[in-house]
Amino acid sequence: MSEKVLSDPILRVRDLQTHFKTDAGVVKAVDGVSFDLHKGETLGIVGESGSGKSVTNLSLMRLIPSPPGRIVGGEVMFHDTDLMSISDREMRQIRGNRISMIFQDPMTSLNPFLRVSTQLIETIRLHQGLSKRAARAQAVEMLSMVGIPKPEARIEQYPHQFSGGMRQRVMIAMALSCNPEILIADEPTTALDVTIQAQILEIIQRLADELGTAVIMITHDLGVVAGMCDNVAVMYAGKIVEKGTTRELFADPKHPYTKGLIHSVPRLDQDHQERLFSIEGQPPNLIGLPDACPFYPRCDSVMDICKQKYPASEDLSATRAVNCWLYKEHENKEAGLVEQR
Amino acid sequence: MTQYIVRRFLGLFPTLFIIITISFFIIRVAPGGPFAREKELPPQVLENIEKKYNMDEPLLVQYGMYMYDIIRGDLGPSFRYMDRDVNYYIFNSLPASMLLGLVSLSIALVLGITSGVVSALRQNRLADYLSMSVAVIGISVPLFVIGPVLMYFLSIRLQLLPTSGWIGGRNGLKPLIMPAITLAFPYFAYIARLTRASVIEVLRSDYIRTARAKGLRESVIIFKHVLKGALLPVVSYLGPAFAGIVTGSVVVEQIFRVPGLGRFFVQSAFNRDYTLIMGTVIVFSAILIVMNFLVDIVYALLDPRISYK
Repeated sequence: MSEKVLSDPILRVRDLQTHFKTDAGVVKAVDGVSFDLHKGETLGIVGESGSGKSVTNLSLMRLIPSPPGRIVGGEVMFHDTDLMSISDREMRQIRGNRISMIFQDPMTSLNPFLRVSTQLIETIRLHQGLSKRAARAQAVEMLSMVGIPKPEARIEQYPHQFSGGMRQRVMIAMALSCNPEILIADEPTTALDVTIQAQILEIIQRLADELGTAVIMITHDLGVVAGMCDNVAVMYAGKIVEKGTTRELFADPKHPYTKGLIHSVPRLDQDHQERLFSIEGQPPNLIGLPDACPFYPRCDSVMDICKQKYPASEDLSATRAVNCWLYKEHENKEAGLVEQR
Repeated sequence: MTQYIVRRFLGLFPTLFIIITISFFIIRVAPGGPFAREKELPPQVLENIEKKYNMDEPLLVQYGMYMYDIIRGDLGPSFRYMDRDVNYYIFNSLPASMLLGLVSLSIALVLGITSGVVSALRQNRLADYLSMSVAVIGISVPLFVIGPVLMYFLSIRLQLLPTSGWIGGRNGLKPLIMPAITLAFPYFAYIARLTRASVIEVLRSDYIRTARAKGLRESVIIFKHVLKGALLPVVSYLGPAFAGIVTGSVVVEQIFRVPGLGRFFVQSAFNRDYTLIMGTVIVFSAILIVMNFLVDIVYALLDPRISYK
């Protein structure tokens, strides 16, 4: 793990901001997100629905539907290229080739009108310039790598002839067919049966290891994070509130929201009579949020300063950062605010 | 699939049979008759005429005789134009209506799909507003306004086209142009709106996001990934639209004096010309059910999820 952290990141996201214009006002879906991704690393991005996980990653790929969405600021350095400033044409050469994506719902993510072969081959031919024959051979090989039986025959079928789990395998095969450096998996198992979930995750992990692909795993399932991520970023209301290695974060969560999240996972050793823990309240409306910490209405450690100003990111160690006033005690003391709880 | 097609094809005949039967009796129920005049005919004359057309027989016998004729391909004599039979009228006027209808529908399809796709891609921008405004005009302004307006500008002011008449005369194909444009207008408008809505819906779908995430060019996305799914609603609309347009438009045929079938739909009903009414009904419904049959087949070819067993 340490070598993954020490090498230069292949992806550096800095202060990414994506806004959506709606009739009710501007929704700041992603509001100043920063993180690094290293070669071979698996980064988990966790958070509730609407916390901006998916929008963050669609923004990296410049796939935000516009209008109403717009990436209003920030920098996404992929090696030495800023993905936010290159041409559409250059971006297309990266999509599906060097950075690829799989999506939440495999039932709707494949084109129902085209054969699986067509959909796989077009990607391979587009990015690798192979002949139809060679591309086809590679597509068949990819299908067998993701564990689809009789790939030679199945490749000629249409998506509706595959089950959900099988379709997600096809999606994975498609995403990895050009040997990408980064795979973004947007809740890849949410729509699947539990038994299939484990298989799909196992495939992603095994292939990512084999191919040396870095993975961004978007999920709201902490079990998935614990099982396969090296590092975790926790998102809340369009911001990353805490980052760390998976081990650190689970053993010693810092941000009250992270604590709440981990605490909400049901445990077997818990008394059955006890009610399951949940974080009180609702996620905030992302329209017209003040400069305060968006979590303060639900936080049980809330202080006055939390309602006035959003805390800057505080590095606790080389791998650990948190955005919370609790960990800025020296600053708080200077401001004379810490005792007012 | 082949089995399905054969079975569906055989199913067309009972459908047509039911339509003919129901129409036959409904028409007879309507008050009046082909020989009713303001000034009544002498009873002896009326009796002779009715005898000539077998109308003195019981209705069921008449129905049986009519069906027998139909099976042999004879639509019977016209009750009003006594020197000609219905086959003559229909098969002399259907080609003009068909030609006009096919040309109109082709114009409507090409322009409708093109402007629908352009509108969808430029949603809420100038091109979209322009083509959708034209479409609204096409849907809301009646043909009897569009026709004369075109005639005024193209024939009278610019002297480009003849005001009316039909092809084959000294004007060549020119007389076809204006009625075709006029008749195409509402169909164009409807197809454009249908295409626009459908393309917008498909563009928002997950599988188009996947196609974008693969790095495909926008043109490939539109032609390969979007259109197949987006054109399904247009295909279903084409069945009834085709049947309607090739059997002629009363209004357009009247305005431009096209020798088509359209006028018979109205005239025959006014005249209670039983056999001619039946003839137009049979031609229209036969084309309609055949078109719906073809649409179903095209549907299966376009959408692999539909399997006919």
